[in-house]
Amino acid sequence: MKYRRSSYHTLLLAGAAGLSLYAAPLAAQQAPAGAPPAAQATPAPLPSPTTNSVLKDAPKSEAAAKLAPVAALPIPTAADKLPVAKLHAPKDFKIEVFASGMTNARSLRIGDKGTVFVSSRVADKIYVVTNNNGKREAKPLVTGLFRPNGIALHNGTLYIAELSQISKIDNVEDHLNDSPKPQVIYNDLPKDEPHGWKFLAIGPDNRLYFNIGAPCNICMPPDTHAQLRSIKLDGSDARIEARGIRQVVGMDWNPANKQLYFTENQRDWLSEDIPQDKLNRLANPGKDNFGFPYCHEGDIPDQEFGWGHSCDEFTKPVALLGPHSAPLGMRFYTGRMFPAEYRGAIFIARHGSWNRTRKIGGDIVVATLNKDGTVKSVKPFITGFLDNNNYLGRPADLEVMKDGSLLISDDFNGAVYRVSYAPQKTSSQISERH
Amino acid sequence: MRTAITALTMLAVAAVLPAAAAELSERVAPCLACHGEKGQSTTPEVPSLGAQMAPYALIQIYLFREKQRVFDVMNEAVKGFNDDDLRHVSDFIAKLPAPAPPGDAGDPKRLEHGRALVAQYRCNICHRADLSGQDNVPRLAAQREDYLVKTLRDYKSRARVGYDASMAEVLQPVSDAEIVDLAYFIARQR
Repeated sequence: MKYRRSSYHTLLLAGAAGLSLYAAPLAAQQAPAGAPPAAQATPAPLPSPTTNSVLKDAPKSEAAAKLAPVAALPIPTAADKLPVAKLHAPKDFKIEVFASGMTNARSLRIGDKGTVFVSSRVADKIYVVTNNNGKREAKPLVTGLFRPNGIALHNGTLYIAELSQISKIDNVEDHLNDSPKPQVIYNDLPKDEPHGWKFLAIGPDNRLYFNIGAPCNICMPPDTHAQLRSIKLDGSDARIEARGIRQVVGMDWNPANKQLYFTENQRDWLSEDIPQDKLNRLANPGKDNFGFPYCHEGDIPDQEFGWGHSCDEFTKPVALLGPHSAPLGMRFYTGRMFPAEYRGAIFIARHGSWNRTRKIGGDIVVATLNKDGTVKSVKPFITGFLDNNNYLGRPADLEVMKDGSLLISDDFNGAVYRVSYAPQKTSSQISERH
Repeated sequence: MRTAITALTMLAVAAVLPAAAAELSERVAPCLACHGEKGQSTTPEVPSLGAQMAPYALIQIYLFREKQRVFDVMNEAVKGFNDDDLRHVSDFIAKLPAPAPPGDAGDPKRLEHGRALVAQYRCNICHRADLSGQDNVPRLAAQREDYLVKTLRDYKSRARVGYDASMAEVLQPVSDAEIVDLAYFIARQR
């Protein structure tokens, strides 16, 4: 087995360079037709009996017994206590607090009128950040939701993916102070808690895409799980876009060729250093299988489920992102503020590991692509959330603002940061102006 | 004795928050009426709070305030609390003395079964080998047996929804008979 004992940088690059190329047929998909929305429903969240424990394969060693998932702070960190001063960005980039006070701030979306929408996984709320005469304000838009991690916007409508239903609020930016209850459009979903939270995105085909994670750390998932699914904007015409996926908490489409890229978190408890989490590309919608539970990281057969299979049966990742590093949100950079090298690159928020003695992640990395859509390099962009094996914050999602600056959510502190670029004028440039 | 401990805890708190100490003792008085003044509850199905992890206690009273954990008495009790109140109360709870297990030696067979179940379901990974908890993972040792049974059943049926998915997930393969023996064993740990 290939075991990479290299440094973090080399790990990232080795993963990116070593992995596969694809032919890239682009699925032509239909735009949705109008259909009546589904009736309101509030299904009781009951798990399926297929659920397996996160701890199922935990080893009985003393060091392993000290590892446990890291919980977000329930009370958001005050703006003046946020760790912005400890974060490092490349030269001429500036990081500032954009908004604070939102418990477990997760997915980010920006409305046509400039409202920033912020979801949460542990709170029951979607927050909005508004700008009232230069004064930025964060407040809840809707409450009483169950694990509302996924949000997406399309033509003024906010779509919300809770654990087991997807709903919408029309003309949401006209109702920031008096939002109606979200109207359910789709609820044919499992109700498992493990990996039950969703990432939601709207594709270039105007369909809603979301994950249905594996209901376990490692198990044989039912046919209804471990997949990416899409529906029309009215909730109809569900179809499976990809299978064999453990859990996804970030996806976006390459503006150059409209292919879907997504991060995938791999299993725990195999070892400290394997498997690595993945960046995937969906070249064959409806056909690709990414290997779960048979094969991890594209080249490691599972000790239990890998028997009788080969990793070559499955679609390989385009990059490896470090063991247990938990890459979540990812966005293609479509702005013009940052230097040319970042245009068309992918910013990826690595939430950071828990299933590892020496934590890794807690940063934003940037993946640059070759013309054929394969990954050329993966390099750190913003670091410092992880300090002396402790989290000062944990990046969860990213979004590009209209002005080309980049927003980053921190679900540990319940805050959003803004990264902007302003090159310092060199003395020669200044003197030239005179 | 009771007065001495209450006074001591108040002193400990007062060292941190001189101005708010009196107010805090008023705040927590109704809590201690049910949860017990010495960290040990004598009220059926009401948990002992002594030596509980402050981050866990904070998450729970936050969930009660936000009504994400529904129990009328608790939702009402923390209704007006601001964020600082929640922090002060959870820090106060963490400083109460740890509860003591029941005086009886217990049935060795059931204790052995419970011990084996703790290992089988890996409770000792997040809750630590002595079940004293860590950070947001609660202390379980010497908790009231009836509260442990109720809590495990509620997590399993999802009558109680956790802050995250962990307990719902861990409990799916655990039978009700096993829950009863787990609680029997855990309640008798120091």
